[in-house]
Amino acid sequence: KMASGQQWVLVEMVQAFYEAPAYHLILEGILILWIIRLLFSKTYKLQERSDLTEKEKEELIEEWQPEPLVPPVSKDHPSLNYDPNTKLNLSIVCGLPTSHKIVVNGKECINFASFNFLGLLDNERVKKRALSSLKKYGVGTCGPRGFYGTFDVHLELEDRLAKFMRTEEAIIYSYGFATIASAIPAYSKRGDIVFVDEAACFAIQKGLQASRSFIKYFKHNDMEDLERLLKDQEVEDQKNPRKARVIRRFIVVEGLYINTGDICPLPELVKLKYRYKVRIFLEESLSFGVLGDHGRGVTEHFGVNIDDIDLISANMENALASIGGFCCGRSFVIDHQRLSGQGYCFSASLPPMLAAAAIEALNIMEEDPEIFTILREKCSCVHRALQGIPGLKVVGESFTPALHLQLETSTGSRDSDMKTLRTIVEYCMNRRVALTQARYLDKEEKFLPPPTIRVVVTVEQTDEEINMAASLIREAALAILK
Amino acid sequence: MIKCSHLHSCAFQVQHGTCNGGLYSRPFKESFEETPMLVAVFTYLGYGILTIFGYLRDFLRDWKIEKCHIAREREEQKDFVPLYQDFENFYTRNLYMRIRDNWNRPICSVPGAKVDIVERVSHNYNWTFDYTGKVVKEVINMGSYNYLGFAENTGPCAEAAAEVTMKYGVGVSSTRQEMGNCSRHEELEKLVARFLGVESAMAFGMGFATNSMNIPALAGKGCLILSDELNHASLVLGARLSGSTIRVFKHNNMQSLEKLLKEAIAHGQPRSRRPWKKILILVEGIYSMEGSIVRLPEVIALKKKYKAYLYLDEAHSIGALGPRGRGVVDYFGLDPNDVDVMMGTFTKSFGAAGGYIGGRKELMDYLRTHSHSAVYATSMSLPVVEQIITSMKCIVGEDGTTVGRDRVQQLAANTTYFRKHLQDMGFIIYGNHDSPVVPLMLYMPAKIGAFGREMLQRNIAVVVVGFPATPIIESRARFCVSAAHTKAMLDTALGAISEVGDLLQLKYSRHRIVPSLDRAFDETTYEETEE
Repeated sequence: KMASGQQWVLVEMVQAFYEAPAYHLILEGILILWIIRLLFSKTYKLQERSDLTEKEKEELIEEWQPEPLVPPVSKDHPSLNYDPNTKLNLSIVCGLPTSHKIVVNGKECINFASFNFLGLLDNERVKKRALSSLKKYGVGTCGPRGFYGTFDVHLELEDRLAKFMRTEEAIIYSYGFATIASAIPAYSKRGDIVFVDEAACFAIQKGLQASRSFIKYFKHNDMEDLERLLKDQEVEDQKNPRKARVIRRFIVVEGLYINTGDICPLPELVKLKYRYKVRIFLEESLSFGVLGDHGRGVTEHFGVNIDDIDLISANMENALASIGGFCCGRSFVIDHQRLSGQGYCFSASLPPMLAAAAIEALNIMEEDPEIFTILREKCSCVHRALQGIPGLKVVGESFTPALHLQLETSTGSRDSDMKTLRTIVEYCMNRRVALTQARYLDKEEKFLPPPTIRVVVTVEQTDEEINMAASLIREAALAILK
Repeated sequence: MIKCSHLHSCAFQVQHGTCNGGLYSRPFKESFEETPMLVAVFTYLGYGILTIFGYLRDFLRDWKIEKCHIAREREEQKDFVPLYQDFENFYTRNLYMRIRDNWNRPICSVPGAKVDIVERVSHNYNWTFDYTGKVVKEVINMGSYNYLGFAENTGPCAEAAAEVTMKYGVGVSSTRQEMGNCSRHEELEKLVARFLGVESAMAFGMGFATNSMNIPALAGKGCLILSDELNHASLVLGARLSGSTIRVFKHNNMQSLEKLLKEAIAHGQPRSRRPWKKILILVEGIYSMEGSIVRLPEVIALKKKYKAYLYLDEAHSIGALGPRGRGVVDYFGLDPNDVDVMMGTFTKSFGAAGGYIGGRKELMDYLRTHSHSAVYATSMSLPVVEQIITSMKCIVGEDGTTVGRDRVQQLAANTTYFRKHLQDMGFIIYGNHDSPVVPLMLYMPAKIGAFGREMLQRNIAVVVVGFPATPIIESRARFCVSAAHTKAMLDTALGAISEVGDLLQLKYSRHRIVPSLDRAFDETTYEETEE
């Protein structure tokens, strides 16, 4: 009975075979032949490597000569201390390091070069608080935040910063540069789009590079250029709406730009944010503790609601006169960095004495908001005093504490411009005013700023000192820039 | 995400005696016992159950049946592109949250051999923590990187740092190339160079940043970076930022490295066939998750044969290895000039913060002018510099006492004692017999949380690690032995570990000793990542 059943099925099959249309049979035949061919063909390697014999490989290995690990550096590079005749190369400082009066290469000078805006580097209260912290905790933390490196001081500092800036949460980093360089790649990944100002500082550029996103630069402080880029992106989105729904967009700007000393137009940026649905990351290293009635930065200066800014990042090395950096914003945004901020998770935490010093500096800032008005007055004083120097122009707003002095007419070669400015700086250093040139890595910057002298204003500078410095710079310019 | 290949690579292997033609002057004993099959099965099962529950909870939260504690986006920004994809945070929401109390434990004393932990309690299953106001005192600290015991608030180091704090203050507010270079920084660099036995050295404010900012200065487009599989995130980031081609070789596997070197030089750059400009090998002294020590004599032999450059990251091994505490080069008795770039950190053995790079004078001059850190980042805080100088002088013996030498010897003795006893108890311990980093395998996800909590109840602070710092089934507890631990403390700790081990059934080891065979080398291809 089984055999007949099988036979019956076979008959059915043969019948189907005869009844099938011709094209069907031909197609199936071709497919079967193709499969047989694939099964028996040689495996195809994606990268065809030419087969070299062992002997040939040995010869190639013998012949290959690598470049030296580092190219030679010319001996008169301004950062090396080779030539005993040039007194300025590496400012060797001994004695009082970086407060109002510093000793540079043996001469006591007035400090117009360190970012000590509120004069807290030498403050007795800050030092005492750091000392008591040292006596309790020692110096180092011996571990990252996740593994017993979280001290109650860190939690207190984060709490205080969040309250001061009136945001929900703050997170601290142990290195100022690493703050924004770790924050950006935590949110912006491959495929996302970031709109950045051309004058963004190097730390932002490194953060963008680590994020692997698409970066679109807009002209410095040019809101029309930014709007044009945003409109272009909108057009792109309409072509591919499904993709547009998952690409994140960010604008990264600085409150006060370190490279140019001017302020970003925050209210227009917020308008653009809501119109084109882009998030804003604000870098406030220079403006924290400087702008605003209470020193809360550029958001207070313009009266913008701080919740409109998605992330504010600043380093504690300027106004707060400590070491490290912080980011603040809503918990929804900041909490993510606790697991994906590389500089936070994989690095040892900030030494507790430095955190304690920052807390005390915050206390001083909160107790005495007058200090910010005084600082801004001094800034405009310096700005006025430096106007009209023949050959040098002042770059920066009147309320910026770190301005630049640029040559009015460049000689055309960056090297000779730098040499000229160096002579001016040396002239001033020899007469007891400490200035510095703004330093950049020429080959690594995306938009290399022109050579400038950096002038920093602090609350500790008296009017006489400011006038003395201004007249000295004027003298130097007249003498050197004939 | 689950790397099955890791099961195979965990072959049990103990190497004795001198191998590779007498390159090693001392026996190199490393062991990585294979994961028992039953344990692996249960581990996968555990993760499977957790994933299912994770989906269930997400569903309940979406439909508002369960209260949601997760922070939400603002109302005004609801129509923006979401900042996070849901699946990115699945692991964080559903697995990490359950055992979150084992990490980020705040402390309120010196992170020395004994530490005070701030007590915290959660009333909503780890979504938020409340501080009870109490402090758990005198917890034995097996988690902080305090190898030589310099994390102290009394003694010559702390006094020197205190003096500098009151005299000079804490901050610097300027970069090294502008106005932040102090004579103390230069003294520190000279001391570091002397300590390492190299011509010149440079110090930076953050260990992580030392790697991520200096590797791009050394390698660029057209160069090849050969990096160990288990390198630290800072090395990986530095390699990526440099723009070179990166190829990964199997962890501590010299055949894999040699194969890559041969192939690279013979075939040149991909597609264009031009010869590579230079080849840089990135290795670490002690790998902090495995406890293994790099096979430095073999790496140096390979580097010399193929004319590559060696970048050695001694974050954990400086101060912790070697008869004089000078790191892994001292441990093997090699010449420091053979290593092209010696990098390390001051956080672990010196009780401070920051990193350094040491090498030839030309290299250091180049880095002084071209390092991102010297131009854009604030220089180191002066009390921290003082702490490093004092502790380094102590280790070298320049302060006139034998404290440094005693501590180095104490650490070596503690390491041997601790490891031997753990192994005898029957735990699976990874790594080299001389490394003060001791990973103890846990495997199952539930045991990660249980181990951390049980040990804290017995007054011992341990570090537990799981995915993504380790492969998904190889979660472990990691102990850091310190010279500050006395024998009594180690005995208490060992007793507690044994108790918890019996409670959680962690004694997996089957003590299978295999005669010395080289690890079998498989011809699987390397990964190539090109920007």
